[in-house]
Amino acid sequence: MGKSPTTKDDAQALFHSLRSAYSATPTNLKIIDLYVVFAVFIALIQVVYMAVVGSFPFNSFLSGVLSCVGTAVLAVCLRIQVNKENKEFKDLPPEHAFADFVLCNLVLHLVIMNFLG
Amino acid sequence: MAVPVDNLTKPTPPSSTLRFAFGNVIAFFILLLIGVLAFSIRLFSVIKYESVIHEFDPYFNYRVTQFLTKNGIYDFWNWFDDRTWYPLGRVIGGTVYPGLTLTAGTIWEVLQSLNIPLSVETVCVFTAPVFSAFAAWATYLLTKEVKGTGAGLTAAVLLAMVPSYISRSVAGSYDNEAVAIFALIFTFYLYIKTLNTGSLFYATLNSIAYFYMVCSWGGYTFIINLIPMHVLLCIVTGRYSSRLYIAYAPLVVLGTLLAALVPVVGFNAVMTSEHFASFLVFIVIHVVALAYYIKGILSPKMFKVAATLVVSVGLVVCCAVVAILLAVVASSPTKGWSGRSLSLLDPTYASKYIPIIASVSEHQPPTWPSYFMDLNVLAFLVPAGIIACFAPLSDASSFVILYLVMSVYFSGVMVRLMLVLAPAACIMSGIALSEAFDVFTRSIKFYISNLSEFLQTDAGDTLPGNNVSPQNEVLKNEKKEDTLKERPSRKNKKKEKENIEKPSVKSKTEKRPLVLPVEASFFALFLTVLLGGFYVVHSVWAAAEAYSAPSIVLTSHSHDGLHVFDDFREAYAWLSHNTEVDDKVASWWDYGYQTTAMANRTVIVDNNTWNNTHIATVGTAMSSPEKAAWEIFNSLDVKYVLVVFGGLVGYPSDDINKFLWMVRIGGGVFPHIKEPDYLRDGQYRIDSQATPTMLNSLMYKLSYFRFVETDGGKGYDRVRRTEIGKKYFKLTHFEEVFTTHHWMVRIYKLKPQKNRIRGKTKKSKSKTSSTTPRSGTVKKNPWH
Repeated sequence: MGKSPTTKDDAQALFHSLRSAYSATPTNLKIIDLYVVFAVFIALIQVVYMAVVGSFPFNSFLSGVLSCVGTAVLAVCLRIQVNKENKEFKDLPPEHAFADFVLCNLVLHLVIMNFLG
Repeated sequence: MAVPVDNLTKPTPPSSTLRFAFGNVIAFFILLLIGVLAFSIRLFSVIKYESVIHEFDPYFNYRVTQFLTKNGIYDFWNWFDDRTWYPLGRVIGGTVYPGLTLTAGTIWEVLQSLNIPLSVETVCVFTAPVFSAFAAWATYLLTKEVKGTGAGLTAAVLLAMVPSYISRSVAGSYDNEAVAIFALIFTFYLYIKTLNTGSLFYATLNSIAYFYMVCSWGGYTFIINLIPMHVLLCIVTGRYSSRLYIAYAPLVVLGTLLAALVPVVGFNAVMTSEHFASFLVFIVIHVVALAYYIKGILSPKMFKVAATLVVSVGLVVCCAVVAILLAVVASSPTKGWSGRSLSLLDPTYASKYIPIIASVSEHQPPTWPSYFMDLNVLAFLVPAGIIACFAPLSDASSFVILYLVMSVYFSGVMVRLMLVLAPAACIMSGIALSEAFDVFTRSIKFYISNLSEFLQTDAGDTLPGNNVSPQNEVLKNEKKEDTLKERPSRKNKKKEKENIEKPSVKSKTEKRPLVLPVEASFFALFLTVLLGGFYVVHSVWAAAEAYSAPSIVLTSHSHDGLHVFDDFREAYAWLSHNTEVDDKVASWWDYGYQTTAMANRTVIVDNNTWNNTHIATVGTAMSSPEKAAWEIFNSLDVKYVLVVFGGLVGYPSDDINKFLWMVRIGGGVFPHIKEPDYLRDGQYRIDSQATPTMLNSLMYKLSYFRFVETDGGKGYDRVRRTEIGKKYFKLTHFEEVFTTHHWMVRIYKLKPQKNRIRGKTKKSKSKTSSTTPRSGTVKKNPWH
């Protein structure tokens, strides 16, 4: 039984270090992260709803879930490009990255509206 | 190769920027010329024959395009075609890849609005050459991303002329591959561009180009499996970067959505195994991205703790998910793959289970000579290109290597897929040739600069605009560093050797062309140009002689000039002028598209081959004796039967040669057709040694009816090279209505049922009871 307290301690220490490291990130990145979590959460709700009610208009289900997942992925791409610690993107102005994000979202939602049925 | 040029524009502005600008202008004009070349080399069939649509599949695409231009796009999406697969019909909107027809329709609309009155047929015929010019430019862009401008131009000119691509995109070959190859190369170019720049804008463009590819061709599954494979390769070889995530993740989400928008694909985009690889790698790349992110924010010790925790928990979850997935996939008999994809993965699958796929000549494996015929010189430049890609290895060059390896494998399975190998081979060969030219010209320039240095008293900067002189200075500096490093450190010999080796290797590679005399590089340059000359000669020959036949018009040269065999169009024109609009025509499925497009009559089966039982019905009818065949055709409301016969002129692709497939496919569904009944000693024969079943079959009778009248009683079949078995016979249930000039197409009409049976009622009662239902109201089921 000597193992479990150490793993429990390890888990707690890990949790603390994760939390402290994460709180050091700038606010704008935290907002993007919150948006990603929100989008994934909505996608999960839709999946649970489909499991309860059935998948009859399958294209609507697919477009709903994929729009949430899609906008989450695009937000992650935005976060990568805006993050100041990323050496590869230091020449990219954050406004440019945001404009790309908006454009991509426009295309995504245009397709979603077409597919929603 | 852009790097040395950049270094040179900075120090000496006027002459080098001028040379740079001059080079750019020349590159632009070269590209323009490459486009013109790609367009013109495909025009041989228009010059030799006429501006006509070739083969079989393009006629269907042409008919669909005609419908689109006449009725508009909403009717096109909702079109239910009742002129084919009678009595089943075909949902055109949901079963056709719309990219090609929409492209040609749009081009026609644009030209009409500009008051340029080109007919739909002209637009259809010339779509393929125009898009091959675009494909050459796309190859330039793709290879420029991998290796630089020189390699790009070489690859573009190779693709403009490669015989494998010419064979499927001559003027008149209005088929899906004409636009699909352009879409394929363009999608790959945008993927590599996104990978190199990490821009989300290019990722969006990549998804839209992928959408165009999905619209155009069923081969889009190649893209959606190759890109995940490449991402996996990058992750496994330690080349994961955030640009990889940006290149891949939006493509999967947006790409799946766009693929599901196309009616042909629909929900297959998320439910068939062809797409599962992309989802799997989507999950993998997210796990890897998360792992890298946590590694970045945690200290190493904590990261180890996190890793052990995650591995122990995650492994259990992973196993559960994989078990569920396997159960779902294994529950379907084909493991979720479609028949065509399975026949690619397992080449023996089609011949065992789906004879229709096995019977198409394009689906056979290629022979070794066909690689040399279709790729020529590229076949042995490709390995050199692979080596050139490895030095240095970047994300883009690893992608091109993977693309080449996969396409070589698939081209070995199916000869039709040599078309997918062609762009990869051109890119690799372009890289190899460009590297070779680099080495040769660099050695010549070095020699010339050394020569002029030797002739002048001072060395270096006085030479006007000589771009080799900075390289000389670099070499001299490195040599000085070399000697400096040798003196202080006597200890670490390995490090010393490395330091010495690096600059000396560089100076060696600079010097290697000069180790051999400069004459060797001149000679090698001359030989490389000669190699290119051989390639050009072969490509032009292949385009002119081998791949320009429209196959609806045949020609032959004899001592008294050129003979033209226009029998197919003669037969279709006869049908369209001499039969009713609603009459049904039965023939083997090869001619279905042409009959609906040119003769405008309803057919029973056509080239789409989606219903095996219906084709087996027609095959059974062709293999049965006259009475049984009449019953089958009558139950399908058929009025006319069309057979193609090449015995008089020696045309080898006629129906008697295809007869074995009729028997096999028919026998696969209706067990009373047994293949051994038609074989004598394991061969299909039509001479006096043929089996009685063969001599009584409908196909034999319809092909050879009155054939003996052509050569005075002998009945010599020029294709099978024997005299036929049964020479004099009459047809009881069919009557001949038309035979074309060279006897290549023969059309027969079903005789109507007799009103009364003469003389049978006087026979015994058992016979009357069996014969009276015939003239009565009940139609017997012909095959029970």
